[in-house]
Amino acid sequence: MSLSLQDVERVASLARIAIAPGEAETWQSQINGIFELIAGMQAVDTNGIEPMAHARDPVQRLRTDEVTEPDLREKFQAIAPQVEAGLYLVPQVIE
Amino acid sequence: MINEGLKQLSAALAARRISSEELAREYLARIDQLNPQINAFITVNPDATMQEAKTADAMLAAGTAGPLTGIPLAHKDIFCMDGWRTTCASRMLENFVAPYDAHVVGLCRQAGMVCLGKTNMDEFAMGSSNETSWFGPVRNPWDMQAVPGGSSGGSAAAVAARLAPVATGTDTGGSIRQPAAMTGITGLKPTYGVVSRYGMIAFASSLDQAGPMARSAEDCAMLMNAMAGFDARDSTSLEREREDYTRDLGQPLAGLRIGLPKEFFAAGLSGDVARAVDEALAEYRRLGAVTVEVSLPSSALSIPVYYVLAPAEASANLSRFDGVRYGHRAAEYGDLTDMYQKTRAEGFGAEVKRRIMIGTYVLSHGYYDAYYIKAQKIRRLIAEDFAKAFAECDVIMGPTAPETAFDLGAKNSDPVAMYLSDIYTIAVNLAGLPGMSIPCGFDSRQRPVGLQLIGNYFGEARLLGIAHQYQLATDWHQRVPAAVA
Amino acid sequence: MQWEVVIGLEVHAQLATRSKIFSGASTAFGAEPNTQASAVDIALPGVLPVLNRAAVEHAIRFGLAVDAEINPKSVFARKNYFYPDLPKGYQISQMDEPVVKGGSLRLILPDGEKTIRLTRAHLEEDAGKSLHGDFHGMTGIDLNRAGTPLLEIVSEPDMRSAVEAVAYARTLHGLVTWLGICDGNMQEGSFRCDANVSVRPRGQAAFGTRCEIKNLNSFRFLERAIEFEVRRQIELIEDGGTVRQETRLYDADRDETRTMRTKEDAFDYRYFPDPDLLPLVIGQQWIEEVRASMPELPSAMHNRLVAQYGLPAYDASILTASRGMADYFEQAVAASGGAAKQCANWIMGDLSAALNRHGIDIGASPVTAAQLGQLVARVQDGTLSGKLGKTVFEALWQGEGEVDVIIDNRGLRQVSDTGAIAAIVDGVLQAHPAQVAEFRAGKEKMLGFLIGQAMKASKGKANPQQLNEMMLARLRAD
Repeated sequence: MSLSLQDVERVASLARIAIAPGEAETWQSQINGIFELIAGMQAVDTNGIEPMAHARDPVQRLRTDEVTEPDLREKFQAIAPQVEAGLYLVPQVIE
Repeated sequence: MINEGLKQLSAALAARRISSEELAREYLARIDQLNPQINAFITVNPDATMQEAKTADAMLAAGTAGPLTGIPLAHKDIFCMDGWRTTCASRMLENFVAPYDAHVVGLCRQAGMVCLGKTNMDEFAMGSSNETSWFGPVRNPWDMQAVPGGSSGGSAAAVAARLAPVATGTDTGGSIRQPAAMTGITGLKPTYGVVSRYGMIAFASSLDQAGPMARSAEDCAMLMNAMAGFDARDSTSLEREREDYTRDLGQPLAGLRIGLPKEFFAAGLSGDVARAVDEALAEYRRLGAVTVEVSLPSSALSIPVYYVLAPAEASANLSRFDGVRYGHRAAEYGDLTDMYQKTRAEGFGAEVKRRIMIGTYVLSHGYYDAYYIKAQKIRRLIAEDFAKAFAECDVIMGPTAPETAFDLGAKNSDPVAMYLSDIYTIAVNLAGLPGMSIPCGFDSRQRPVGLQLIGNYFGEARLLGIAHQYQLATDWHQRVPAAVA
Repeated sequence: MQWEVVIGLEVHAQLATRSKIFSGASTAFGAEPNTQASAVDIALPGVLPVLNRAAVEHAIRFGLAVDAEINPKSVFARKNYFYPDLPKGYQISQMDEPVVKGGSLRLILPDGEKTIRLTRAHLEEDAGKSLHGDFHGMTGIDLNRAGTPLLEIVSEPDMRSAVEAVAYARTLHGLVTWLGICDGNMQEGSFRCDANVSVRPRGQAAFGTRCEIKNLNSFRFLERAIEFEVRRQIELIEDGGTVRQETRLYDADRDETRTMRTKEDAFDYRYFPDPDLLPLVIGQQWIEEVRASMPELPSAMHNRLVAQYGLPAYDASILTASRGMADYFEQAVAASGGAAKQCANWIMGDLSAALNRHGIDIGASPVTAAQLGQLVARVQDGTLSGKLGKTVFEALWQGEGEVDVIIDNRGLRQVSDTGAIAAIVDGVLQAHPAQVAEFRAGKEKMLGFLIGQAMKASKGKANPQQLNEMMLARLRAD
């Protein structure tokens, strides 16, 4: 399994990472090197084995439905790149 | 004071032979002096540190102090700390002042510990040499040309160089144990779920676990007493009784069954490391332990499995860094997509981007089953290997890393070679088991060798005891790097 | 060519919890922007989600109400995409293992019943809101809504007309509000519909290519959007074109749907189990506890109203459209002494008309169920005529007090005394000899005039039946 340049560009676009002209080739060779390492997995017969998401297969704990969080807008927005009237500002979103 | 263990420091503070302020000042002075060379700290905040020391002294004077009150420590810069810059060693968070405390940070505050600063690390904990930091590499106090290991390289170097008596670290695939081994200190990665992940900037959520880094097992046990405990804010935090991690320190080793996985002693292991590990095992036998061979056949696949699962989880965990609510935003951009793409291209370093792209790829349409699900299945096989091995032994031992600290820049251009540095540690994270690294000698270039100890689930106290007994019989953990002596 | 319409609906019902699905921030509507966006909701680095028990319980309640399977082990997954109102860059949702599987919903239609199969219902978090105000050409993001619990209810493509789709949406709306798991406020976005619409030649087994119409926030828009979309697809095909699979938006101002995105640029959401959350395990004991706390369901109550009170199915379906209506009905019947059909008529007639006119919910009706029941009782026992009943109803609406007080204060008691009615009739006959003569000469419609005069003389209080009988008897006597 190896990634084409188009794969690299598609993945970078999905991940919203800009790639400079010519950069895709570097990513491609490095990532394909890693996929050669990963390919070792494919030899293992995993039929009938349950995927393991967490060690020891624990289950979800539930929270009581209570409002516990105060309004910390001022503190949180003090570290925001751009805010106005309590809103986070971003380049125009077109629907 | 800088060579004293926590027990001695605690006694000195309690007896008022030294104040917390004096202790903090002494460490801050050492940081001032040595950090420009070692680069173990990203941020120090002397005013805040001295304020905490004052508070600790007041607790000591009022008689409300606990065993750790007034003890300085360093936090890996992956832990959010209210009012402190928290960067995760990334340009993305270069100016991010955290508005809240991580659970671990809060517990250490409650214990009266005094934060000396935030330690350098690989960017977002992705790396094995601390060279991916936006704030520059950390140098190994034993040899300034060598890396300290990673990702908790700053914490490891700080403890080794006596810039802090203890430090927090995190370990996703070996990030506490491998740098501990490379800098000659002691580090513990607890059972997954024992230490809360709340406020610890996530790399791979199902593998990340915080733990103590210190010069000795005893110090690790004492810090662990502060760090561990149930946290309702972390769904993966385990609801268990609080325990005293120092309780088994005095337990003798007679009859201890040490399992030696044959896969950990095969090709790829450097001769110097093999020799030091063999000598350590001989010491354990002298202390009354017996060694048995065990097998972890699937562990050979732990690196492939890890490099599917960890990047997959990371690719989603790092999506929140989008330049909207905090952190870096590109200075110039066109539309929204352009803002995202430039912000993330500028804010993340190469290794982080590489892993995000790998993770994005393995989760994308058509590849999910072949990579992600396959890796999760093999993850179960790896965990089952350990379960079988623990039927035959009480603890598993082997090398922490296949080689000692390598030179700065030696593996920068070859990600795969770098990844192999974690070949013995990753399986432990995949299985969620507790693991330690303790110093057990030096290579021919006087770079430290680490011995890895792997316990069964919740076996931290026993592991710490097994390490402590060895440290009572040896002095590797007391050696001081010449450059910082 | 005869076309058949195929519709499936996806409904997002906002669950009525105090706090968010994964954080302790308030879900109250209408707060200042970002004042209900906690560290978890704005996805600060390092924060983690913990699941709200009430949200799960609401999902169980829904599953039990539609006879679905409650999944003993469901899984939360991350749905990855970048959007400024999605702070984590992924939405926590459920994919392969939803909390509710299957189930069905019975619709009462004007021409009979129809059962719509449900595919699934899953828990997920809502996103924030993008505000396109005057921010120097930028968009403002409010994350108060981010993390609000949603139950996404997905139907099978079982509906065959816009009317059926609306009936389904209304019935579902009635059910979730009945259960108390959703406030049903469509203006505030508590109940939002997406419609999957396709057409196929009648008799063809395979489905046509479908389009998804997003975010329909009223039943009227749902109906209009589907009707437009069906016409568009049929015309397209009849003109030799083909329908493209795509997502479309309904523009209410222009009453049309338009392309939002096509399948080609569909997102690759890269779903995978959220490693910050563990499998949600729901044991039989919990299910039984929830079952024990369930109210009587609208469908069961519908059947009971028909059996117990002999109501027509149509009446029963209207009365069980909402919990408020149903409760009101049963309280009114009790107060009326069991006059079920009469209560139903009043509720579906005068009361509903007045409520609609004033835009008031039945729960806030100025005429209480007990008062309406009293009113019906007074009509039943002859104290009031039907006409006077309407007068009393108006007085009740104006808050003039209890039924009997109004009757007394206004002197509205119906006159049923034979002597009194006879006196009135005699007076009218004497005052209008010409009309009496005309009646007797065969002009029978004069009866109405004479009755009207007599009713006027009684100030409307004469028992109409008695008055009628007496008038005829007198006119025909001589």
